[in-house]
Amino acid sequence: MRTPIAYYLVLSAVLFAIGTVGVLVRRNALVIFMSVELQLNAVNLSLVAFARQLGQVDGQVLAFFSMVVAAAEVVVGLAIIVAIFRRRLSANVDDVNLLRW
Amino acid sequence: MDLLVFWVVAPVSVGAAVLMLLQRNAVFSALLLVVNQFTLAVFFAMLGAHFLAAVQVIVYAGAIMVLFLFVIMFLGVDRREALIEPIRGQRFLALALGLLLVGAVAVAVASGIGLGAESLPAFPAERDNVAALGRALFTRFVFPFEVTSILLIVAAIAAMVLARRRARGLPDEEELEVPRELEQGSGEPAARAPEPAGRRAGGRGR
Repeated sequence: MRTPIAYYLVLSAVLFAIGTVGVLVRRNALVIFMSVELQLNAVNLSLVAFARQLGQVDGQVLAFFSMVVAAAEVVVGLAIIVAIFRRRLSANVDDVNLLRW
Repeated sequence: MDLLVFWVVAPVSVGAAVLMLLQRNAVFSALLLVVNQFTLAVFFAMLGAHFLAAVQVIVYAGAIMVLFLFVIMFLGVDRREALIEPIRGQRFLALALGLLLVGAVAVAVASGIGLGAESLPAFPAERDNVAALGRALFTRFVFPFEVTSILLIVAAIAAMVLARRRARGLPDEEELEVPRELEQGSGEPAARAPEPAGRRAGGRGR
């Protein structure tokens, strides 16, 4: 028996919510970043599931682009984390509050 | 068969994601995220997206996570995360909002297409996923595909600019303030702090 698409969508929502909770709860910038990656992956899963449901390849192309953007985002984000760490000697997001009102 | 694989792999995926959040050590978090991404590659393969399954393993579980581990090791693995909550009840609120998100999506899916009502349709006639994806990428999506190359070049240059060390003698970030606690705590930034002024003055004289 084939898996209903709803299973994939709910699984995708669960993974996305776990990523959201991680972004909100954790203080380590690297773990927050990993949670964002988890969210992106969760959305990719639902895109691919929809592509399969509709029998078209467009959703996979969109997932492919989102992977490329995620790779670029990881490179820039990690560079920013390293730059902040050089200056503040900390990877904790609470220490970076210069722009806070 | 398909459903069996789903029910075996989905708990592994969710469990790895939850454990990733609960890990104190960032290295274990990264390794659990790799597990999660492998399970997602399995799902992609089950959904007929063979190319994306390969890309998921090569790019995500391979390249991106190696980059993560590299930065974790660079920053030092034995850093303790403060357990105090900056906002009271933040953890509880985050958990409640996460559950609310799952519930909202589940309700939306249930009312939209029905939970577990109909199975996915049979595979489309064109079974060769890689060829179909390539054809779509280089015909209809050729412009975004080319824009992607610009994005990657910009990201690479940005990473180099952000992460490089400033050349000695140039006015740099060392003159900016160092947090008080760090000055007393490590001693190393405090010892270095007065140096740039003299060095810059000397550089200007030359």
